[in-house]
Amino acid sequence: MLESYLSIFVKAVFIENIAINFFLGMCTFLAISKRIQPAIGLGIAVIVVLGLAVPINNLIFNYFLKADALFPGSDLHFVGLICYIGIIAALVQILEMFLDRYIPALYNALGVFLPLITVNCAILGGVLFSIERNLEFTESIVYGLGAGTGWALAIVALAGITERLKYADIPEGLQGLGITFITVGLMCFGFLSFGGISL
Amino acid sequence: MSKAKEVLLNPIFNDNPIALQILGICSALAVTGNLYITLIMCVALTTVVTLSNLSVSLIRNHIPTNIRIIVQISIIATLVMLVDEVLQAFDYESSKTLSVFVGLIVTNCIVMGRAEAFAMKNGPLMSAIDGFGNGLGYSVILIVIAIIREFVGAGTFYGIEIMPLTTNGGWYLANNFFLTPASSFFIIGFTIWALRQWKTEQIEEPEFKISKNSLESEKGAA
Repeated sequence: MLESYLSIFVKAVFIENIAINFFLGMCTFLAISKRIQPAIGLGIAVIVVLGLAVPINNLIFNYFLKADALFPGSDLHFVGLICYIGIIAALVQILEMFLDRYIPALYNALGVFLPLITVNCAILGGVLFSIERNLEFTESIVYGLGAGTGWALAIVALAGITERLKYADIPEGLQGLGITFITVGLMCFGFLSFGGISL
Repeated sequence: MSKAKEVLLNPIFNDNPIALQILGICSALAVTGNLYITLIMCVALTTVVTLSNLSVSLIRNHIPTNIRIIVQISIIATLVMLVDEVLQAFDYESSKTLSVFVGLIVTNCIVMGRAEAFAMKNGPLMSAIDGFGNGLGYSVILIVIAIIREFVGAGTFYGIEIMPLTTNGGWYLANNFFLTPASSFFIIGFTIWALRQWKTEQIEEPEFKISKNSLESEKGAA
């Protein structure tokens, strides 16, 4: 039992990394990866939101939207998208108010990034994947945390590389965004090598 | 240049959503393997961003600041569901290929970003024009990438065979690298480079410059 959870986690972090292998959450990924400190803050925020949003939406799907879930013959899966995004948006806003009230230090550190997480496709993507794969409730918690950790790992790694690159003599037009894209492309090859691991 | 024209044309090269604002990149990487699919995606996104900018701008004075994100996102999600239904009705095959990514327009940051940055502060007409212009800016980059990837990866242009593949008895050995999504990172990177060589004011200031003196003194020492 524990082994299957471990394998879901490792798979979500390395083999099917949500940022590098599925290209989700790229916009924030590229915009916030200039320094390690904010990258870590954003990474933690994504882990928290994914760890909450995936299991909650999993429950919603299994108890309300799935065919025959609400009453025999009901099928509400076509409103899925608006439900999931509504829940994610509400969750992010509640989290923002909660942090503002109880943990102001973390709130100030995350400030700008928190509202942005609503439109981070990594969150919606993670939710859709967990539903597509028919994960159970406990499995979806592990998957949510794993996917978040994978995303955080990728953004911190990229921030580390970018931080070193600022001393490099890059052609003018490639400065900033251009070289970041090419770095991520190279990281992409690196992560492809995890694809050979079988669990 | 009148303001409307400026708002419409600026996002295409001067303030491009993908190349300069860093918005909406996920779909740019994933749907650009084939030009036809890319065009559908561009039309879908342009429709959604224009209509969402229009609707958000119409009710902007009635949205409480605290819950504005939920309001914006439910407008966007509704529009995306409509576009998805229309696509399924008229072109079921492509909707099958695109399914996940049409859904992911909800979280495409161009739509949300323009609603937040422009539509909340400007009138309905200007906002609709701004949405349309940003949709075009997104389309331009996607179409360029799709043309390159389809041409090098499969030897075709819009499904028409230009270079016959060796597998079909032709001479061109397809470069499979260009069919993997990793290639679009490099293509976007180089597209941005080209764009910035042309529009030099978009070049980002380097944080550190290697001082010329130290280089020259090293040369002298060597």
